[in-house]
Amino acid sequence: MESQATVSTASEEQTRAIGAGIAHFLGAGDVVLLVGSLGAGKTTFVQGLVAALGGREPVTSPTFMLAHKYRTAPPVTHVDLWRLGHLQEVVDLALEEELDEGGVVVVEWGEAAEPLYGADALVVRFDWGRSDDERTISIEARGACWTSRIAGLREALGPGTAGAGTEGAA
Amino acid sequence: MTARGRVLGIETSCDETAAAVVERGRTVVTSVVSSQVDLHARYGGVVPELAGRAHVELALPVVTDALAGAGLDRRGRSFEDPAGPVGIDAVAATIGPGLIGALLVGVSTAKALALAWGVPFVGVNHLEGHLYAAMLEAPEIELPVVVLLVSGGHTLLVALDAPGSYRVLGATVDDAAGEAFDKVARYLGLGYPGGPEIDRLALSGDASSIRFPRASTAGAFDFSFSGLKTAVVSYVRAHPQVTNADVAASFQEAVVDVLVAKTVAAATEIGARGACLAGGVAANSSLRARFAEVFDDRGMRSYLPSRAMCTDNAAMIAAAGYFQLERSGPTPLDAGAVPDLQLRTSR
Repeated sequence: MESQATVSTASEEQTRAIGAGIAHFLGAGDVVLLVGSLGAGKTTFVQGLVAALGGREPVTSPTFMLAHKYRTAPPVTHVDLWRLGHLQEVVDLALEEELDEGGVVVVEWGEAAEPLYGADALVVRFDWGRSDDERTISIEARGACWTSRIAGLREALGPGTAGAGTEGAA
Repeated sequence: MTARGRVLGIETSCDETAAAVVERGRTVVTSVVSSQVDLHARYGGVVPELAGRAHVELALPVVTDALAGAGLDRRGRSFEDPAGPVGIDAVAATIGPGLIGALLVGVSTAKALALAWGVPFVGVNHLEGHLYAAMLEAPEIELPVVVLLVSGGHTLLVALDAPGSYRVLGATVDDAAGEAFDKVARYLGLGYPGGPEIDRLALSGDASSIRFPRASTAGAFDFSFSGLKTAVVSYVRAHPQVTNADVAASFQEAVVDVLVAKTVAAATEIGARGACLAGGVAANSSLRARFAEVFDDRGMRSYLPSRAMCTDNAAMIAAAGYFQLERSGPTPLDAGAVPDLQLRTSR
């Protein structure tokens, strides 16, 4: 079964809408790894995701504090690994506790957490498009519990969605 | 509390292990800071586990140094009268915001000392501490003032009406100012911390060479730096031949423009007598120069604390602890650290 999908966005609002669309597929214990360079739209995506789950506070960058927890349903822990250089430091954040307690963990600079969570996660990649406002967002479902959700996720991303191997793989 | 009102403050929320003795929230007797920044520079940021371990190693030596500076031995007794009473009236420590492993070192140390000495413990909000930094160096300050608190994790505009009484006017809705400096610096291939690197590089660049956006926000005194960060990346991608110096200077100009404009507007709105800088970004030379110039032009006082007082230190924690103890009493010894503590308008 195809486990990837790609969509293009033309504005921050559209990137937020993608975060909101994916939010409704999230459940207790889910990990979402966000991969993309500086300014590619990771925090913007999380703003849409948290708001869609009922978050009322503004979603600010967790870079300095490393993690922000939102009182959403399910609760979202927004993590940022930008400042961390060693896998042990990611382990020290004790994200397992959030997952065991029914939370969702969304990780910016998520590639650093791949050795821990990469086998069973939704990986969302952000790439700069041709214009300043354009972004290409690719999602990849990893592990059985995510691949079973890919059809619904693709639908949530909207009609512009492409499967891997078509235009989205470019 | 004795009339001297001597508070020992302990600060371990992030990079610095610090201890200080301050009298009546106004007079710094001694202030000791042992920075871990060299340790972190190798890792490009604050490493939580490392930070906690380093604080454990440094906390007691730093506290002992601070006590010695106040003429007290490690038991808190005067060197001249070792059998006499404890020379400290209360012990304050930062309870948040910060890294949990780091915060707990200072909180536990402060509680243990308070318990051993039979004096009150006061758990202090680190951000409130920053509000008093300027006051400690300028005792003649007339309130109310607007405080612009800019650091790696925070960007806040606060009206300080009286010690212990303040209103939060605005805050960043996305990235902190210092974070924008750090991220742009790393993107340009500069070192950590990024603020001083950009500050230095900007001196040789042309601040008007690139017109980066000055973001508007829904709240008049809120800030947004995420779009600016993205604009820098976008510009460099489109103009690979641009010099780092021009990017640094133009980026810094955009940050300073917004910070100063909103502080001026806030000061005018609340009828402030002056304005204070606080936080690590307050060490930025361009921000300091513009801040002083703009308020001078308007006939208002500006307070620019020394670099040592802008960055994290324990004197400001001791001062905040003193005012908090006066207004609302001690903190229970079973209170914990609060990593995501926010600054809210005081009651």
